[in-house]
Amino acid sequence: MFQFWSGDEGSDGVAEGEVLSAPLVLEYPFRRTVGRVQSAFLTGLREGLVLGIRARDGRVVCPPVEYDPVTGDELDEIVRVAEEGTVTTWSWEPESRPNQPLGHAFAWALVRLDGADTAMLHAVDAGAVTAMTTGMRVRIRWRDRADRQGDMNDIACFEPAGDASDEADAGDRTGAGDAAGAGDDR
Amino acid sequence: MTDLVLPEGVREALADVEPVRGIRTPARLDYTFTAGTATSRFLRGIRNKQILGQRCPVCHKVYVPPRGSCPTDGVPTTEQVELPHTGVVTTFCVVNVQFYGQVMEVPYVCATVLLDGADLGLFGLVQEIPFDKVRMGLRVEAVWVDDDELTTDLASIRYWRPTGEPDAAYETYREHV
Repeated sequence: MFQFWSGDEGSDGVAEGEVLSAPLVLEYPFRRTVGRVQSAFLTGLREGLVLGIRARDGRVVCPPVEYDPVTGDELDEIVRVAEEGTVTTWSWEPESRPNQPLGHAFAWALVRLDGADTAMLHAVDAGAVTAMTTGMRVRIRWRDRADRQGDMNDIACFEPAGDASDEADAGDRTGAGDAAGAGDDR
Repeated sequence: MTDLVLPEGVREALADVEPVRGIRTPARLDYTFTAGTATSRFLRGIRNKQILGQRCPVCHKVYVPPRGSCPTDGVPTTEQVELPHTGVVTTFCVVNVQFYGQVMEVPYVCATVLLDGADLGLFGLVQEIPFDKVRMGLRVEAVWVDDDELTTDLASIRYWRPTGEPDAAYETYREHV
């Protein structure tokens, strides 16, 4: 429905110099199947596990991909990674917008989980921009088990881990190896 | 396709749970649409049950809804033209597929209606006729919402219905298909 910008309309309903304006929402409610690799990843999230996949060169890609990013080979070795990781880069979002993961200011960040060699994009609930640093340590804050649906929002967000200052100084330390079977053989 | 190799612990955790097979990935864009002066005039006319177009001073084509200029000649369209509420179906589509957000019961018919004296078709629904009887050349008239529901929105024309007149000859609207 159209509404007026301002002012009174003319008595003939054809007032000059006033244009109508109205909200217009364009929405495509896509749904798609996820395939076997992302199915494992998303099912894992719902069950509280974070899974990556081992590439041909030994690196662990998380979130996992179906094909090797270098050779294009089909990949099949799932690897569990940790719930803690390192912020590799970030951007502060001073005002939350509809459908964003958090209802207040937060950071979008790339987080490289321990045991993984690539980073995933998610929100960090840091409280203030001054709390954000590249190299800071963060951990997953899970969505309540009953609310998990098998999508990226099963990770509600990341939150600063207690050991932030120590680990920030060791920013080049990767693959801490505290996840089962991950990051221990390169 | 090879099977995935799951490490110990993960294999057990995922063994007896229903796997995720699909995800919703809605794409949504929130706009504020500003109609411009010519189309605002048209929409105010609609609220008064008037259909107002504009004529190009060069090619004399009548545009409805008007956009304020002629896309062919690149000149402002300043002459106002009030159009009748009757026209001809130039093209149409029978919608048979249910989709999210749909308000109509399928099958139903969307059509482009070329008003008498206009050179641009209006988009709308065709009703009061079986869906499989709608055809090119069908003469139709506007059915409006009740007067107290008229707004500056083309939805004020609820749909188009047959007038019962003989079909228009193809030659009369062939340039507008």
